[in-house]
Order: sequence, then structure tokens, then C-alpha cells
Amino acid sequence: MPKVVFHHHGDTSTVVEADAGSNVMRAAVQNGVAGIVGECGGQAMCATCHVYVRESHLGALPPISEDEEEMLDCTAAPRDDRRSRLGCQLTLGEGLEEVEVDVPGAQL
Amino acid sequence: MCPAPSSDGHARAGHIGARVVVVGAGHAGVQVADALRTHGHRGCLTIVGDEPVLPYQRPPLSKEHLAPAEGVAALPLRAERHFAEHRITLLTGVTVTALDRRARTVALSDGGDVPYDALVLATGAVNRALTVPGADLTGIHALRTLSDADTLRTALLEAGSVLVVGAGFIGLEFAAAARRHAARVTVLEAAERPLARAVSAETASYLADAHRDAGTDLRCGEAVARFVGDNGRVRGAIGTTGAEYEADLVLVGIGVEPRVELALRAGLDVADGIVVDEHLRTADPAIYAVGDCANHPNSHAGARLRLESVQNASGQARHVASVILGARREYAELPWFWSHQGELRLQIAGVRLPGDDSVVLGDPATGRFSVCCLRGGRLVAVESVNRPADHMAARRLLAAGPVPAPENPHDPAFSLKRFAQELVPAP
Ligand SMILES: Cc1cc2nc3c(=O)[nH]c(=O)nc-3n(C[C@H](O)[C@H](O)[C@H](O)COP(=O)(O)OP(=O)(O)OC[C@H]3O[C@@H](n4cnc5c(N)ncnc54)[C@H](O)[C@@H]3O)c2cc1C
Ligand code: FES
Repeated sequence: MPKVVFHHHGDTSTVVEADAGSNVMRAAVQNGVAGIVGECGGQAMCATCHVYVRESHLGALPPISEDEEEMLDCTAAPRDDRRSRLGCQLTLGEGLEEVEVDVPGAQL
Repeated sequence: MCPAPSSDGHARAGHIGARVVVVGAGHAGVQVADALRTHGHRGCLTIVGDEPVLPYQRPPLSKEHLAPAEGVAALPLRAERHFAEHRITLLTGVTVTALDRRARTVALSDGGDVPYDALVLATGAVNRALTVPGADLTGIHALRTLSDADTLRTALLEAGSVLVVGAGFIGLEFAAAARRHAARVTVLEAAERPLARAVSAETASYLADAHRDAGTDLRCGEAVARFVGDNGRVRGAIGTTGAEYEADLVLVGIGVEPRVELALRAGLDVADGIVVDEHLRTADPAIYAVGDCANHPNSHAGARLRLESVQNASGQARHVASVILGARREYAELPWFWSHQGELRLQIAGVRLPGDDSVVLGDPATGRFSVCCLRGGRLVAVESVNRPADHMAARRLLAAGPVPAPENPHDPAFSLKRFAQELVPAP
């Protein structure tokens, strides 16, 4: 089963398993991971599922669509040019069996 | 059990120990409870929801939840353990049947009573019913709940021809989803254009063309006169123009009515929703209303409104939590909305009213454009089709206060993002 590790401020982390085909936002919301909101339900419309992907996983990510690109300019916490992604756009499963992300300090 | 938090038995609003009851476990109700706990509320907190499932997100129901692919699970609003962890008593499958304002209790369908110091009505809305002959035939559906969506998804797998009554947001989203099932899709709209009250004529006509190009037979100026069926099952409909339409699945999406029964019976003011003031409070200082059921004075529109959107539900919920904890600010969050219809991504910031002027940014023929809605020399709303950067710029701009109409919006070099940066420099 695909696995996501959410790192929080102050060195705590949450590890969750998710179904293939799910995504990082869903995995967080379904497991009650603090700091991921997902207000639009995964439509790349709200930018409240912002995560910073850890360096070692950057190569495995799907490309950033134009929509995601534009929404990433509007996140509540500052955008990191390399690591910022919308969790709802990171589909888990083939190619992305495991991913580690840092949860930003703010989503709203 | 929930002991009275103060010696006089009624905690004042502003008391972090106040007993709070929330009626309705939708977007607004769940967010109220969340925001209360986040901001230090420690008293008893009960959410009563009549749907028999863990609270879930509604927007996907008319979108990816209907996709042909197997096994799309509902997206919960919060994980189940979230409620226990925050000491929120979540009652599902239980209806609040009456309010006793004198005793400050609500009566539950399972026979219990729950006392409150503050009561939040977050009862949402129900679909408006179509009352034409044949409307009770099998195969005629509405879409509001997870159970509706599950039923429709199964029905779509078998449907040959789909008829959608009403070209509102739900009707158009459903039509786009139905097309993916390779069914023939017809949409009937009584008005002369889709989304007549919700978007500008420019955006409406673009959406109408896009749905037609994608294969939907969209007929405006046509309503259903009656449905026809065989052995109790729908077979089609006769339009008010006399035209006949074949259908083995019908979705009726002609708008919603706010759920106001409880408020009405408790003697609270109701006028297209439960009437609340700028603090989202009813005339009873212990009772508030938020979300789809609340009719509130909206500072951005300069008018009373009842909005149906996730933003409105969440924003009002967060606000009411702060009021219960003693804040005195007026509710002033900028309304925004999105709708996802197949490849079309519509986003709206602000409130457009009938009669507003429009200026189109970009070329609709490219499938990416925005419409600026202007009123009295001000920019009041922006509708964006596949241009999220415009939408986010508009949100930042409109949230910051009154915005003068841009001077040169027709200039091909005009950019809403730059306009926003000039007026509201990024922090
Ligand atoms: C199919 C669909 C798609 C949508 N898509 C979008 C979209 O793309 N973007 C967007 O911004 N908005 C969208 N919306 C609108 C958005 O979902 C609503 O505005 C939002 O759900 C309103 O939240 P609410 O909490 O006020 O009401 P609801 O979510 O309707 O929740 C109210 C709850 O209270 C319960 N209830 C009512 N009375 C009682 C009682 N007496 N006792 C116990 N429980 C009670 C109801 O059963 C319901 O579960 C969509 C809505 C639907 C139906
Ligand atoms: S959930 Fe809204 S952008 Fe990801």
C-alpha cells in the first residue's frame, strides 16, 4: 500500500497508508492529519492542501499542470519553488509508492 | 454528560465553557465545531446530523464521484477519530425535531434532549421538487446527498439517454459527468440561458457553447410539462414547447430551498433562509445560523443574501465560532465559488448582481478568459474560466476593500495579477 509521511513543525510526524489511486490530500484528510485542509475536495481550486515535498522524492512526482502552477502562487504559507505542491495533485500508487512531505504552518 | 458551566445555569456567549449544540453535520456544522475547539472552547460540544454516515464533502458528488471508474469513496470532512480526539459528540442518523427556546434545549428523534447555551443552525438545503405530472416515476432523481450520488452513479452505468432538468451548476456538472458514461445527454433550461442568475451573459454563453460542443443537447427556453413512463418507470418527457424527449434517467436540478422548518416552528424570522444579522445571530441571542440555510447581510454585495458554497459555509462557520467565543466583528469574508464541468473550470470571486456591466479579459475562443463585473465604477466580481491566476488575484483584490474599475481592461497587456499587485501589494 502506498505510504505518506507527513512531517510537522517540531519534529513530529504522521505516517499513513492510502489506497493506490488516492492522493496526498485525501490520505491526510481521511486520517485526520493536522494542517491539511482540502477545502475544495481535491479540485486544485483552493490551495489549502499545500505541502513541501522532501528532496529525495521530488524526482518521482507527476509534472505540475498549469492550474496547479497558478494555484501554487497563492498558497497561505510561502511557496518553495522546488518543493511546493498541492497534495490533491499527487496521486499515489504506481511511480509514487511512498512520499515524505513537510506540512506548512498555514493553509488559510 | 454535560454539567451546566456556570452557577446561573446559562453561560454567556463568550464563555469558553458554553454548551454548544450544532444542528446539521455538513460543511458548516463540522467547521463550527472545529473552529470552536481550535480557538480554545472547552465546553460540551454536540453536532447532530440526520444523515446516517460520517460527514462528507458534497462538491465531489456531482463531479468525480460519478466517474465510471470503480470504487470512488466519499471524501470525509474529517476523519472519524477527529471528533473523539476533540471531544466533539457527533450524533449521526439523528434528527433535531424541535427547539425549546425557553428551556434552551433541542429535542432529538431518538427521544433525548440536549441543553445548550449557544445553538447553531447549520441545516443546509433540500432540492426543490418538480411538481409536474409523472414526477414520481422511477428513474427521476435529485442530487444532494452521498446516497443520491451513489444511486445516480449506478443508474448512469446502465443509462442510454439522460435528461437533465435545469441548467444550473448541479445540472451542468451532472451533464458533463453523464457524458463520460457515453450516454446521450439532453439538458432543458426554462430560462433563455444557463445559470441566468449566477453568472454574466458572457460566461453563460461560453458555457452553453462548450457543453454543446462536447455533445450535450442543451435547450434553453424549454421546461418540462410532464414525464411519461411505462409500468411506473420514466421513458421520457414532454417539454412546454410540445417537443418530446427520450430518457431512461432524469436528473432534476432546479435549485434548492433552505431548511428552515425548525427555525419557523420556534418562531424565528425566516425569509429565503433563516434571517441573521451581521454577526450571523438570529433575533434570539443564543441562536445562530450559518451556511446554505442562513440569510445574512453581505457587506460585499451590499444586500441580504443566501449563498450556497463551500466558502460561505466554512467562512460563516469560522465566524460564528469566534462570535460564540466573544468576538464582535461583523462577518465580512469575500464570497467565492468554483464549479468544475468536465474540462471547464469556472471560478467566481465576489458577488455579481443582475445589471452589472461586464468586461471580458482574454479571448473566450481560447478557452481561457475572465469576466470583470463592474458596478458604479467599481470592480465587484470576477468570473474566470480556466484562468486560476485571475481568480486568485481577484480574491486578493476584492477581499482587501472596494476596488476601482480598472482603467484600461481592454488593453491586451492588462493583467489582473499586476493590477492586484499594484493595489494590494503582496505581504
Ligand atoms: C452535488 C453538489 C455539488 C456542489 N458543488 C459545489 C462546488 O463545486 N463548489 C462550491 O463552492 N459549492 C458546491 N456545492 C454547495 C456546497 O456543497 C454547499 O453550499 C455546502 O454543502 C453547504 O454547507 P451546509 O453545511 O450549509 O449545508 P449541508 O452541507 O447541506 O449540510 C446540512 C446538513 O444538515 C442536516 N440537517 C438538516 N436539518 C437537520 C435536522 N433538523 N437535524 C439533523 N440534521 C439536519 C442535513 O441533512 C445535512 O446533512 C455543491 C453542492 C452539491 C449538493
Ligand atoms: S484540495 Fe483544494 S487545491 Fe487541493
